[in-house]
Amino acid sequence: MSTVDTRIARKPAEYKSDIKPIWCPGCGDYHVLMSFTRAFAQLGLPPEQIVVVSGIGCSSRIPAYTNCYGFHGVHGRSLALAAGLKVTRPDLTVVVASGDGDGYSIGGNHFLHACRRNIDMTYVVMDNHIYGMTKGQPSPTTEPEFDTALSPGGTRVRPFHPLVVALASGANFIARCFSGEPNETAAVLVEAIKHPGFSFVEILSPCVTFRPDEKAWKDLVHPAPVTATTDPGKAARRIMTDDGFNLGILYRGNREPFQPAVGATNIDLSELEKDFEL
Amino acid sequence: MAASPSISIAIVGSGGAGALTTGNSLLEAACAIGWHGLFTRTLGPQIRGGEAAALVRLAVHPVECLPDRFDLLIGIDWLNAHRFGSEIQVTPGTLVISDPQGGDPPPMVTRSGARIVEIPMKQMAKAIRDGRPNMIALGIAGRLLGLGVDQVVAPIAKRLADKGPAAIEASQAGIKVGFGVAAGIDFGMQLAAPSASATRRWLLSGNEATALGAIRGGVRFAAAYPITPATEVLEWLAPSLAKVGGVLLQAEDELAAINMIIGSSFGGTPALTATSGPGLSLMIEALGLATSAEIPIVVVDVMRGGPSTGIPTKSEQADLNIAVYGLHGDAPHLVLAPQSIGDCMFTTQWATYLAETLQSPAIVLSDQFMGQARAAIDRPADVAFIGARSVATDIVGAYERYALAANGISPMAIPGTRGGQYTADGLTHSERGIPTSGAADHRAQLDKRRDKLEHFNFGDHWAMVEGAGDLAVLTWGSVTSSAREAIGRAAADGINARLIAPRLLLPTQPERLQAALDGVKRILVVEQTHGGQFHRYLRAHYDLPAQVRVLNRPGPVPITAGEVYRAITEWR
Repeated sequence: MSTVDTRIARKPAEYKSDIKPIWCPGCGDYHVLMSFTRAFAQLGLPPEQIVVVSGIGCSSRIPAYTNCYGFHGVHGRSLALAAGLKVTRPDLTVVVASGDGDGYSIGGNHFLHACRRNIDMTYVVMDNHIYGMTKGQPSPTTEPEFDTALSPGGTRVRPFHPLVVALASGANFIARCFSGEPNETAAVLVEAIKHPGFSFVEILSPCVTFRPDEKAWKDLVHPAPVTATTDPGKAARRIMTDDGFNLGILYRGNREPFQPAVGATNIDLSELEKDFEL
Repeated sequence: MAASPSISIAIVGSGGAGALTTGNSLLEAACAIGWHGLFTRTLGPQIRGGEAAALVRLAVHPVECLPDRFDLLIGIDWLNAHRFGSEIQVTPGTLVISDPQGGDPPPMVTRSGARIVEIPMKQMAKAIRDGRPNMIALGIAGRLLGLGVDQVVAPIAKRLADKGPAAIEASQAGIKVGFGVAAGIDFGMQLAAPSASATRRWLLSGNEATALGAIRGGVRFAAAYPITPATEVLEWLAPSLAKVGGVLLQAEDELAAINMIIGSSFGGTPALTATSGPGLSLMIEALGLATSAEIPIVVVDVMRGGPSTGIPTKSEQADLNIAVYGLHGDAPHLVLAPQSIGDCMFTTQWATYLAETLQSPAIVLSDQFMGQARAAIDRPADVAFIGARSVATDIVGAYERYALAANGISPMAIPGTRGGQYTADGLTHSERGIPTSGAADHRAQLDKRRDKLEHFNFGDHWAMVEGAGDLAVLTWGSVTSSAREAIGRAAADGINARLIAPRLLLPTQPERLQAALDGVKRILVVEQTHGGQFHRYLRAHYDLPAQVRVLNRPGPVPITAGEVYRAITEWR
């Protein structure tokens, strides 16, 4: 995050657009949107200084529901698009929104390299363990035994552990939230946006239509019993061994963000021609 | 001995023998004292290691195509040299320098009737501390071309500056030995004296020219994923962008590279990536996004032999179809093609300008031949094409990013601009940018994106049109240089032909081609594809006169001026 305007007290409503979301009633993503607008208001950021970038899927519809600049791009590539934006416009606050299909499957490779690159941005993945937009196919976080039309009897494939992958790949801030707790989620997002480098926030966000069983998540989630660690070894052990419903900031790294110097220079372009002069 | 306007030299050797350094240095030495010249390299399929050949054509005038035959062939060694049999034409008039310890000369030499002079370069190099046979070869070539020792040493000293005086001395000693041994050889040819040039001259590759054109056009961000034969564009941009306050980011793959440049451009920074066919294939989906969201970007495709991995080190023009037709949906965009090394700079600069002005992706189809060739060229004229994006400022009231402007170009709000907030989207959208599946919005935005390209006045740069005659050679890309030389030779025989080479392939320019074809009765289409892609493209978009012949063949061997000349002169 680069610009905090503390002079003006802002309200969450200033960050909400007038477009009605396409989400199903009861979808966890409504609460994620609420967390976004609350976090932005708490940070006091002018809406035009924020860009929300996304890919494809239910969660990726979120940019247009904010009153910020947005980019709803192609499936799986939001992190790459955001990288090109942020390195050339370090003055902007860049938040990337994704889902478990968009972010971990088609966009999996970009996830690794975004963590590794550690550009100052916040990556929010609304994880519902299912492809919702295409009506219920298994994603990389779907349980092996979960039955779908595409995977009768379940995938029998071990789910992906995004937080561990993020840590191993170099993410500088790792947290888990639950959409049903928008105030707590907003507070984590504020910390994530403020933290330098690549911040990864996994938000468990139930799909009430294709995963009605996820309504039970509200009873399973619990705050992490310990505070965030700066030790990646300790964080790895904690993330590897928790029950998947452990909420809060789990890791705060201290790597320097990647940001090359950019901006106009006074160099005459004819300087560049000297390479070629005979 | 009559002076010749052009002499061509081929130097071959196995990987690490230094054939390419020898050829490049020869080019640099000759061009430094006023000659023009072209250097191309040819490699086996493996890019690193294996055999290599340097093909050098020196001339009193600018040259950008290979000769029909080589006058001098030096084999530092002959390991796998037979692989170059189709690329190095050896005739009875060729002088071949062969090292008796370098293996048997390949059939292209032994069957040619060429004069062979044996010189034990390897053995001679051993007598010099840290001596290398390729420096003996360089000395021989320099002496046969009538250069001075110091002139030949100069580029080597520059190349070895980092390695210290001992390395330079070893090379110098080798060059001198080469000069000594060549003194006793009658080459039988002499290059005419160079004429003083009125303009400043550059020595550069097409890929470097492309990169410079991008920066001149306003590009300040590049995303890079390495691929042969485009990598040099990116490698030149990396330090150069940093000098002008820009940045190059290495991407994890081509999917990331294209999305990175879309992100940069969305933020207001003109952006480019460079790739080759396999990378372009991966970028196609996001090119459609840039079309739909109206984000200016430039994608340079330095074409190589395809399909699939194809021939990474050799040229072909067979990405025309994917560049023109590859995007799904109705997705109007810009496709441009440079015609020479110098034109790589102009066309990339122009492409950047057009992309920015028209808020459209632009694909620039360069190719391996001109991309990786180096030539001495007259410094191209400065042009005023610098990114001119219509930007929304001082926004009052509701902002409509995709408003239906009369010319189709709607001002773009750049993040940070108050009141301009919108979401760029690959979904069909309304004028405000809100996703919709409505027929009216879909049609209106498709019309907008079509009209902004079709109604734009591209001016005379759309094509190179030269000469007169009822026969027109219609070609594109680096093949244009061979066609131009062929037309010159035919003119010397009293046969006049016109050269028409479109630089702008999309949007098509039917009225302009019709005007260029005024009075033309016969068209010879020349292209380097197996399937005749350019011919089919012309048939799809243009009215051609009744008589059309097509000279098309695939790579990897470049289409020579001689082939085009025969096609012109044999058509009676």
